[in-house]
Amino acid sequence: MIEVKNISKSFDGNQVLKDITTELWPGTVNFIIGRSGSGKSVLTKCIVGLNEVDQGEIFFDGRNFTKLNKWDRRLIRQEMGMLFQGAALFDSMSVEENVMYPLRMFSNLSKVERQKRVDECLERVNLAGKNKLFPSEISGGMQKRTGIARAIAMNPKYLFCDEPNSGLDPQTAILIDNLIKEITKEYNITTVVVSHDMPSVMEIGDHINFIYEGKLWWRGDRSTILTSENKEVSEFVFPSAFMQEIRDALREGHR
Amino acid sequence: MAKLFSHIGRYSILLGQVFTRPARAREYRRLIVDELDKIGLQSLGIVALLSFFMGAVVTIQTAANIDSGWIPKWTIGFTTRQTMILEFSSTIVCLILSGKVGGNISSEIGTMRITEQIDAMDVMGVNSASVLILPKIIAAIFIFPFMVVGSMFLGIVAGAIVGTSQGVVSLTDYTYGVQYYFEPYQVSYTLIKTLVFAFIITSISAYHGYYTKGGAREVGQSSTKAVVYSMVLILLSNYIITQLLLL
Repeated sequence: MIEVKNISKSFDGNQVLKDITTELWPGTVNFIIGRSGSGKSVLTKCIVGLNEVDQGEIFFDGRNFTKLNKWDRRLIRQEMGMLFQGAALFDSMSVEENVMYPLRMFSNLSKVERQKRVDECLERVNLAGKNKLFPSEISGGMQKRTGIARAIAMNPKYLFCDEPNSGLDPQTAILIDNLIKEITKEYNITTVVVSHDMPSVMEIGDHINFIYEGKLWWRGDRSTILTSENKEVSEFVFPSAFMQEIRDALREGHR
Repeated sequence: MAKLFSHIGRYSILLGQVFTRPARAREYRRLIVDELDKIGLQSLGIVALLSFFMGAVVTIQTAANIDSGWIPKWTIGFTTRQTMILEFSSTIVCLILSGKVGGNISSEIGTMRITEQIDAMDVMGVNSASVLILPKIIAAIFIFPFMVVGSMFLGIVAGAIVGTSQGVVSLTDYTYGVQYYFEPYQVSYTLIKTLVFAFIITSISAYHGYYTKGGAREVGQSSTKAVVYSMVLILLSNYIITQLLLL
């Protein structure tokens, strides 16, 4: 479980995160949603330690990440996996070498055991046989799946996905969503997904955190977000006139 | 001025991260071998070309400037040797390498930064600064002296080839000049300079790449800054080292 307590963050005097407190639960997909520039990516970068927080604390299963020294932080980071928006694969390495990278850096597995683990991970994301291809030789969806395989190679306790569906067609996006959901349940991972893709939220979101102007504006789940009376949430979920008609129909149905 | 101190501070912090004890020595060995190829072997062509023509031009220029019968012909060999050993093979070759190697390092690391590859390493718990920069520094410090010694040899040989083929000096005179009053300390001085230049080129270029923000344009700007600052620092340190070691 990840606990975020009273996090604030500013850049050059501009306060991007304002006193955010939330919990992110294991074995579930926790979404951080919000409009572009709302601060959701900054919040995620603060949680994983890529940005230092100005104030507040972050606990990983009770361990205060913000108070740890660099070395102890690295130990917790070895329990994290992250899928970046652009996959962030090492472009000078093949698919196999990318997935093997964390194993080579941190595990004490033999060469044969490492290879076996890489094959398992690639198999899990349906990329068996693509070992020797380079990132530039595979599609965006395959790059994302390679990113997931690399993220799960070390059996992480925490998985972070930054806009996992950006740039993907709807069908591939659903494949990636389902993969994230399955892996979360299978390994009982605390998964955090940053997105503004509502179909994705409705497909796999267990817990939803809505960020608005740097604040945690609303928390809930799939069943409550559609009927939320909160103006900002409602405008985010139903942005167009057409969608608002659907919302009104939904509310009528509820009544 | 504040900006300069900010750069010095960030550069020092980065070096602190770079020289942290490596977690996996085995991995570093593999990376150093890769860098020896990229930084060293792939630069051999340009260094050889440059050295050959520098040696040839110095020989012709010296010959053209000693028309007087009072100055012996062996001075041509002597001047070529001194010029190549003391300055051209270290400083000029390293200035050129700061463009080739430095630009390459800065753009490679800068691209990794803007495509979040460095963030990916950090999130995994990898010391990205050390993994990306330390092998480059070690490889350059190891391979540059060999390249500079090779450059000296090639420049002097080029002088002999061009000087004798153009008829401006006999091989006997040239060889006598090359051997005349040779001080091995001067080679040591040049190699010390080379080690400093190797460190400057790799660390300054890596620094500019590592802190790149933005997109392709900024990667280009980082690359340019890396080359310019490396060159300025090479010239400055050349002056300081020369004053310290030769006066």
